[in-house]
Amino acid sequence: MNITVDGSPVTARSGQTVAAVLHELGQTSWRTTRRSGRPRGIFCGIGVCFDCLIVVNGLPDVRACQRLVADGDAIATQYGVRLPDEGGVIP
Amino acid sequence: MAVMSTPRGTETVVVVGAGIIGAACAEALSARGIPVTVLDRGGLAAGTTSRCEGNVLVSDKPAGPELDLVRGSRAEWPDLLARIEGSDDVEWEDKGGLVVATDDDTAAALAQFVAAQRGVGVSAQSIDTHEVRGLEPHITPDVSYAVYYPQDAQVQPVLATMAMLRAVRQRGGSVRSGVTVLGIRRHRQDGAIRAVLTDQGDIECAAIINAAGPWAGQLGDRLGAPLPVQPRQGLILVTAPLPPMVRHKVYGADYVAAVLSGEAALQTSTVVESTAAGPILIGSSRQRVGFSDRIDPAILREIAGKAIRLFPVLRSVPLMRAYGGLRPYLPDHLPVIGPDPRAPGVWHATGHEGAGIGLAPATGRLVAELFTGTPPHLDPTPFRVDRPGLGRVA
Repeated sequence: MNITVDGSPVTARSGQTVAAVLHELGQTSWRTTRRSGRPRGIFCGIGVCFDCLIVVNGLPDVRACQRLVADGDAIATQYGVRLPDEGGVIP
Repeated sequence: MAVMSTPRGTETVVVVGAGIIGAACAEALSARGIPVTVLDRGGLAAGTTSRCEGNVLVSDKPAGPELDLVRGSRAEWPDLLARIEGSDDVEWEDKGGLVVATDDDTAAALAQFVAAQRGVGVSAQSIDTHEVRGLEPHITPDVSYAVYYPQDAQVQPVLATMAMLRAVRQRGGSVRSGVTVLGIRRHRQDGAIRAVLTDQGDIECAAIINAAGPWAGQLGDRLGAPLPVQPRQGLILVTAPLPPMVRHKVYGADYVAAVLSGEAALQTSTVVESTAAGPILIGSSRQRVGFSDRIDPAILREIAGKAIRLFPVLRSVPLMRAYGGLRPYLPDHLPVIGPDPRAPGVWHATGHEGAGIGLAPATGRLVAELFTGTPPHLDPTPFRVDRPGLGRVA
């Protein structure tokens, strides 16, 4: 399936998590902390720590370790904290 | 009664319960030079104090003794924070509260409630619907009436409790976790308390303060001073960290009715507030489920639904977790503060239900004033354990 990561086209396989796709690309961080802008990626990997948050189709705070990719997904780095876009849908 | 000399020995006061109420009592006593030992059978600030929201609310109290206590506390909080070290880190926020109604019936009830509060000098400003959006840009356009309470504030309860306990230690007091109180030993002749008996040995003391929160009834039995305290569960949702979007303590006018109710059955009402760390706390529920710590997902859904009606943007915000805490509930909704006439040397400071964080400083101050024979800063009579509202306790 075809998705985009920060605007670049990427091919992903069905059943992969967002985190798995990014790691396959060699990307280990995809969020910055809200105060000091430090990089964050996978920490617990099981959905508990909320450290691997990322923006999926305009919706921030999606756990990359839990979210399975879907065809056409637009994945984007999450800089700090933000509110959902108007009309943001629950993935 | 014959005049008795004070029995020789320690003058230590043992405070049982290292939550915010016990910490406030110990802090106030130690600030007046009284030696204190704080005991908790669990961890420090690990019970009700760690499972609440940190409300310092004037707004939800009707005119009466609890309002007097919270106003005393609201005045005492800055003084307390000024005299202890590390209080810059307790996330104290003078943010003000906003109570909103979205239907005419609730608006009318709120207006009546506010009029009574204003009658006793509470600062409560009626806000029109345009001003509401200025105060809270993300709030629902359905608000028909709102009241702003500039005195409402917020504090991080665990940090505040630890800061108070640290002050107690710095003044030479002792703070011990993992110690279970089993009973007391009294002097054979005059009946004065000599020691508190624990699973870690006896601790000599002259008095003991029951600040065990929802467990104060069990402790009271062991001290010969039973209390009709019952646990009442409250659940709170925690969102992912968000940019600042909720500026005040915002709650639905139905919260006041739920706070005042004694119903055992479930009640939910909307309370939304941001925290310094970023997540938004969403409450609240009240339900008597005994000492169970089970969380019912249906209640979480109901709380979340009400919060989304108040702040529609929350609809797409993920929740990180939920937690439940037990509130120490007394049938007449007033805490018990002061000495127990049935059991000389036994004192109580408990039963604050969901308002203990806000009420802690005045509770500690009142205990210390009564203990040292100083004129109290507010009337202690409504908080006596032998008041009519508690039935045949005494």
